Amino acid sequence: MTENSPPAIEIRELQKRYSGVLAVCGFSFSLARGEVLGLLGGNGAGKTTTIGMIMGLVLPSAGSVKVFGIDMAKDRYAVLPRMNFESPYVDMPHRLTVRQNLEVFGRLYGVQNIKKRIIELARELHLEEFLDRESGALSAGQKTRIALAKSLINEPDLLLLDEPTASLDPDTADWVRTRLETYRKAHGASILLASHNMAEVERLCDRVIIMKAGTIADEGTPQILIERYGRHSLEEVFLDVARAPATHGAAA
Amino acid sequence: MSMKNYRYDSGFSFTRVGALILRYTYLLRSSWPRLLELVYWPTVQMLTWGFIQVYISGASGRAAFAVGTLIGAMLLWDVLFRSQLGFSVSFLEEIWARNIGNLLMSPMRPSEFITALIIMSLVRLAIGLGPVAVMATIFFGFNYFALGISAALFFANLVLTGWAVGLFVSGLVMRLGLGAESLAWTVMFVLLPLTSVYYPVTILPTWLQPVAWSLPPTYVFEGLRALLIDHQIRLDLMAEAFALNIVLFAAASLAFRILLERAREAGSLMQMGE
Repeated sequence: MTENSPPAIEIRELQKRYSGVLAVCGFSFSLARGEVLGLLGGNGAGKTTTIGMIMGLVLPSAGSVKVFGIDMAKDRYAVLPRMNFESPYVDMPHRLTVRQNLEVFGRLYGVQNIKKRIIELARELHLEEFLDRESGALSAGQKTRIALAKSLINEPDLLLLDEPTASLDPDTADWVRTRLETYRKAHGASILLASHNMAEVERLCDRVIIMKAGTIADEGTPQILIERYGRHSLEEVFLDVARAPATHGAAA
Repeated sequence: MSMKNYRYDSGFSFTRVGALILRYTYLLRSSWPRLLELVYWPTVQMLTWGFIQVYISGASGRAAFAVGTLIGAMLLWDVLFRSQLGFSVSFLEEIWARNIGNLLMSPMRPSEFITALIIMSLVRLAIGLGPVAVMATIFFGFNYFALGISAALFFANLVLTGWAVGLFVSGLVMRLGLGAESLAWTVMFVLLPLTSVYYPVTILPTWLQPVAWSLPPTYVFEGLRALLIDHQIRLDLMAEAFALNIVLFAAASLAFRILLERAREAGSLMQMGE
């Protein structure tokens, strides 16, 4: 990596309009290489739409998204092998075993020596005991581990996580966070994390963007935000921002 | 940046096509009802039309029916219907599994996805109709494979139409969601009366005949009757059907691309599933 390397994500004046309603109101931000950035916001703040646009699953109405300097609107296939994601809006095929699912995604991402990679992931994420069970037969916590394994199958340089610990018990959620920290340290990966969980964001993120009604309401490190609002936790900051009157259009 | 454990194929990748085929093969292997369903209905159809043909031949004494016009038409109709269904159902499996986002976010290109769906349509056809074609020979003396080059031409034209319709329906499902799913099961049936599967085009009202001749399968079913009744191989009909199929498939590919873009504009790919 050189000083002139483009950031992992560079968003300029990004806007998304659904049937006349602004869901994302034209904001800009960037994610540095190796950084963990949290996207905080209530339901309908525009977090998932923003992540969708970064992934290329949602077309922006205006603005641009660059990943590692590559314009996603023009050449997303050049950078997709270096990315991966986890989201509650997608699932793994239920009838396939965990091993079969990981094998299929390993091949899609061009992973070399897939069997070895699956064994590595199984060891790191404690999947060994259910590697040959159907994915649909697993518990919510086990499914989350499978989704995490899929998101790490290609050792991505950029990981997009949309509420990765939603609906998990505190123990499993803590376990997932620890694995994410470990992966980031080991691979120097950049992570964009959308979450409702303030403790999670405070623990994992170097920097936080608070979204509200499709705009960036505030941003900074968790500590700076807490000091700026004179509060004791990020949750109190979030509540202050959420309850302040909105100044922009509605979000989807 | 660490050295990564992957190889990126920047263009069309047969490795990624293979990955998708592997996914569908695992699915078929894991579910015997899915395999049974492939064979069940074509067998029921073949037996029904086979016995009808035997009955009509005996009652009317028309030798033409004895050479297999009905059972042959039924087999070819199933090639058309099952090729579309095989394509569409493999696609729908991704929607039902809420896996389409995973696929579209991966390095897989739409052209690779379509290629895999086409190959799986052929696999499902082979599983479903292969045994039925053999049974038609054993039970009713109609050997489809004895039609020679015509059998290949009929097959090629019908699967091309089936894939074009499957592609268009898949695009609609992507744009409109599972509300459009029923089209996958029903849309082909509009062609059943129009393409003159079981009777000559001349039976249709005069005003409807141009519509029939605008559809590639019509040429195939007329070609089948010409072969079985008049013992003529109508290569002219096959060439016309092929030309129409090229246009149809190109139009369906364009429609799929446009509908995918519309789905991305509408954001419907993010939350697609049951």
